[in-house]
Amino acid sequence: MSDLKYSQEHEWIRVDGDVATVGISDFAQSQLGDVVFVELPAVGTQVAKDAEAAVVESVKAASDVYAPVSGEVVEVNGALEGTPELVNQSPTGDGWFMKIRLSDPSELDGMMDEAAYAEFSASQG
Amino acid sequence: MLAVIGVPSVDGLFRDVPGSVHLSEPVDLPPHQGELEVERAISAMAAENVPAGSVPFFVGAGAYRHHVPASVDYLIQRGEFLTSYTPYQPEVSQGTLQALFEFQTQVALITGMDVANASMYDGATACAEAALMAQRVTRKTRVVLSGGLHPHYSETTETLLKFLEGQVHRLPADVDGTEDAEAEISDDTACVVVQYPDLFGRVRDLRPLADACHAAGALLIVAMTEVVALGALTAPGDMGADIVAAEGRSLGNPLNFGGPYVGLFAARDKHVRQMPGRLAGETADVDGRRGWVLTLSTREQHIRREKATSNICTNSGLCALAFTIHLSLLGEDGFRRLAALNHAKAVQLSEKLADSGVEILNETFFNEFTVRLPAPAAPVVDRLAGEGILAGVPLSRLLPDDPRVERLLMVAVTETATEEDMDRLAAALKEAA
Amino acid sequence: MDRSQGRTSRPDAAGSVSAADAGTHTGNRGLQIEEPLIFEQDAPGRCGVDLPAPPAAGSRLGGLERRDAIGLPGLSEPQVVRHYTRLSQKNYAIDSGFYPLGSCTMKHNPRLNEKLARLPGFADLHPLQPEATVQGALRLIDTLSHWIRTLTGMPAVAMSPAAGAHGELCGLMTARAALEARGDARKRVLVPDSAHGTNPATAAICGYAVEAIPLNDRGRVNLAALKSALGDDVAAFMLTNPNTCGLFEDEILEQAEAVHSAGAYFYCDGANFNAIVGRVRPGDLGIDCMHLNLHKTFSTPHGGGGPGSGPVVLSAALAPYAPLPWVVDCGEGFRLVEHADDAGDARPYGRMKAFHGQMGMFVRALAYMMSHGADGLRQASSDAVLNANYLAARLSDLLSLAYEGPCMHEVLFDDAFLKGTHVSTLDFAKAMIDEGFHPMTMYFPLVVHGALLMEPTESESRESIDQFVEAVRFLAERARAGDSARFHEAPVYTPRRRLDETAAARHPVLRWRPETPHSEAAE
Repeated sequence: MSDLKYSQEHEWIRVDGDVATVGISDFAQSQLGDVVFVELPAVGTQVAKDAEAAVVESVKAASDVYAPVSGEVVEVNGALEGTPELVNQSPTGDGWFMKIRLSDPSELDGMMDEAAYAEFSASQG
Repeated sequence: MLAVIGVPSVDGLFRDVPGSVHLSEPVDLPPHQGELEVERAISAMAAENVPAGSVPFFVGAGAYRHHVPASVDYLIQRGEFLTSYTPYQPEVSQGTLQALFEFQTQVALITGMDVANASMYDGATACAEAALMAQRVTRKTRVVLSGGLHPHYSETTETLLKFLEGQVHRLPADVDGTEDAEAEISDDTACVVVQYPDLFGRVRDLRPLADACHAAGALLIVAMTEVVALGALTAPGDMGADIVAAEGRSLGNPLNFGGPYVGLFAARDKHVRQMPGRLAGETADVDGRRGWVLTLSTREQHIRREKATSNICTNSGLCALAFTIHLSLLGEDGFRRLAALNHAKAVQLSEKLADSGVEILNETFFNEFTVRLPAPAAPVVDRLAGEGILAGVPLSRLLPDDPRVERLLMVAVTETATEEDMDRLAAALKEAA
Repeated sequence: MDRSQGRTSRPDAAGSVSAADAGTHTGNRGLQIEEPLIFEQDAPGRCGVDLPAPPAAGSRLGGLERRDAIGLPGLSEPQVVRHYTRLSQKNYAIDSGFYPLGSCTMKHNPRLNEKLARLPGFADLHPLQPEATVQGALRLIDTLSHWIRTLTGMPAVAMSPAAGAHGELCGLMTARAALEARGDARKRVLVPDSAHGTNPATAAICGYAVEAIPLNDRGRVNLAALKSALGDDVAAFMLTNPNTCGLFEDEILEQAEAVHSAGAYFYCDGANFNAIVGRVRPGDLGIDCMHLNLHKTFSTPHGGGGPGSGPVVLSAALAPYAPLPWVVDCGEGFRLVEHADDAGDARPYGRMKAFHGQMGMFVRALAYMMSHGADGLRQASSDAVLNANYLAARLSDLLSLAYEGPCMHEVLFDDAFLKGTHVSTLDFAKAMIDEGFHPMTMYFPLVVHGALLMEPTESESRESIDQFVEAVRFLAERARAGDSARFHEAPVYTPRRRLDETAAARHPVLRWRPETPHSEAAE
């Protein structure tokens, strides 16, 4: 899992060429509790770094998910529509949210690696 | 108790109130009175009014008088319903929650829609919220209001959307029934709102309009002021409606001089997370037994706050319960028979009026139609009220700026009108004609 | 079955018998009777209402006659009466017990009010009857508005809003209309961290961005933070007073001055007016608009979630922009102003709902006010504050008060007293249900960790509060003694135990549907 990078808003990102897969961290899903619904953007949407891109809902809370990078949404995880619990079960695997075609790869520079994020999230708990 | 608290007087508990604004004496209002005196004073106010049931009565235009079975009011006055709180604690609110689930199901069934919420304040606010929802669903902003929509519904919708992005395009009153709402649909149209039967009492097939809306990516919102019509008419959901926003007061609830009423709000499954208002949903308890909870709460203000689908909190719970009990008593056969009775009486009255030489504008109607008098309608209605007949609603009351409606009178007839009532109205209007 | 994966199958019409209920054949437990949905009791052809056959007449439905069955069930009158009676018995209610629900004000609902609201002279009155036939109804609205204006010390009141949140919307729209009239719509609304969720939701519908103002360490709005957030783009400051921590905003006069000197309006959420009726007039505090919840302060019944009524009192600056309609006393009689053209110099911004307001609630509220009178209303708020402080005093040694000092009509505790017990605020509240009480308000306001907000109202006797206190003390001691299982299992004596809200939200089932062979196979 060392290929993951993390934002301070608890999103992770995995880059493959010019496309980045985005989801929320294991720490974030554990804080949210049982996820009951995920609202994803439409494919083709242009998202800007740090702007709201999706919403993740538990029974008692709705939280915005911010795009960690700018670009065009090229794919969303349709499986979350029927099985939002994937976000709890496999946050960095089958529970991914969307794929974004990077418009500015340099935005990745400020993100945390696994170890830095582990330290960061521990300070948040 | 003061000793336990440790203050010398109750005034000491108000020490955070700035002294300059803390009243030392009661305000200038009468002192307390006993139950007998209060009943006497308020009953005297009631006695100044002319109750609908005391005279031949044909007033409609958004509120229709129906007979409510006695057991409805008995049941809703049970303290466990009347004095209970919003069912946020499901373990001690299964009664309210199950009744709401039944309400939602009944509303979905009669409107021909997939889902319904646990009620809105009234039909007009349901209509306004429907337009707002259509903007969220379509991400478009233009709202087209038919000229056949009740003016109070149009005004309420215009008001709710007043300070938000987008434009409300209200068509002129459709006096002669020639409105072409399809022509008003543009690329930026979120929805078209039509009433069924419309303000003037007419019914028409909404399928072509629904198709036109959908072709343009807009929603069709069908508003209704008389829910009993659904016992006789094709359901809006079967004609392509995307949202039905209706006044449900006709079932279970008295006229109440305009409130409280109960808004019905029904939609399609695919839009359920954009719906306003509370929803009861089925689930199970830790022992696996079926039960009900309020669900999808993340749409609501107490969680989503400024991103909520609506600011609504309290709705019309007890009125919804009355609706549900009345409709349960009626059942399939009773609901259809009630609607048939209304329609047949309306047809009967229209024939009596026509025989008396009164001009009726409608080709089609359910239990209300438009009459054109030879003189302005409002003074005629006032004069007949003086003679003990409540003849209907002069359209100038709702559309004071439109000279075309000055002579028009809305006449509604329900199962509560007797043959004798109808004969008296026919004779009175013949005289006026 | 793994319930986290979704839902259980639908029990059959007779009600399922789970392992927990294996003791009886029916699944019933004495007076707790399992009751299927009305749709599961359908006997086609049965009807609970005796309607005459329609007279022979043609159809004028234009070919749109309904052809298919609707799917409504047929039941007899006794079946329906029994069904809803049984459902009622699954509810807690203020008639049957104590509701210490902070911020919701569950007080006794006198039945005189119900009786009067049902007089045909009010209940059987159509909103569009000629004015001459509804003079008593208009007089009642005018009289109630006089009582409301006098109690609040405000010059005007908009009567039509249908509930508190609707009143909020009305108040803030009035403020925006007034701002627009001076060509200055502005962009932001300031709301304290502790506000009801309706406040930010309302501001958003009025087209405003919402900005939160923090509290100070005494549970009040941080005045310095308010002042620094104010500016010439702020339309309004929305405050609840007494606030949602149950405290009077002791710097409210300074807040009002700061708000007004920034050219903004001061909105007050009147949900907690019950604490100060007859003792403090909002009009003396510099407030421009405030909604009242007639179903909280003036005892119209909650009805399991409405109907409510939310009249909005307005300052002289805002009065001209109030929505239609309103009642005018012409000396010789009362009139309704229903249209802008008829409004004289006023500039109404619109209409909140159909017709004229919640008449049925008006009758009840006026009956309540007249029964209490100026003296009794002041007594009621004094008693409400006394009861809350007594409750606080009797629990403060064992529970953890969020803020020191006298409270108003409700008292706020945090969950510090549960630290290390493995019992959450929610568990604690559910255990209160087994003790025969409705839970207190939990996790609100959001500014306090694990909040427990308790409001006894003036309705509760000292004996009733003592009984509640003893139950809370017992449970707090059980929690500290390590008896966490009691809390995690609770409630156990209710018609249903804890319900799976996750399953309900993941795969919503929002209506009954007839069983089909296909769906049975699927399950």
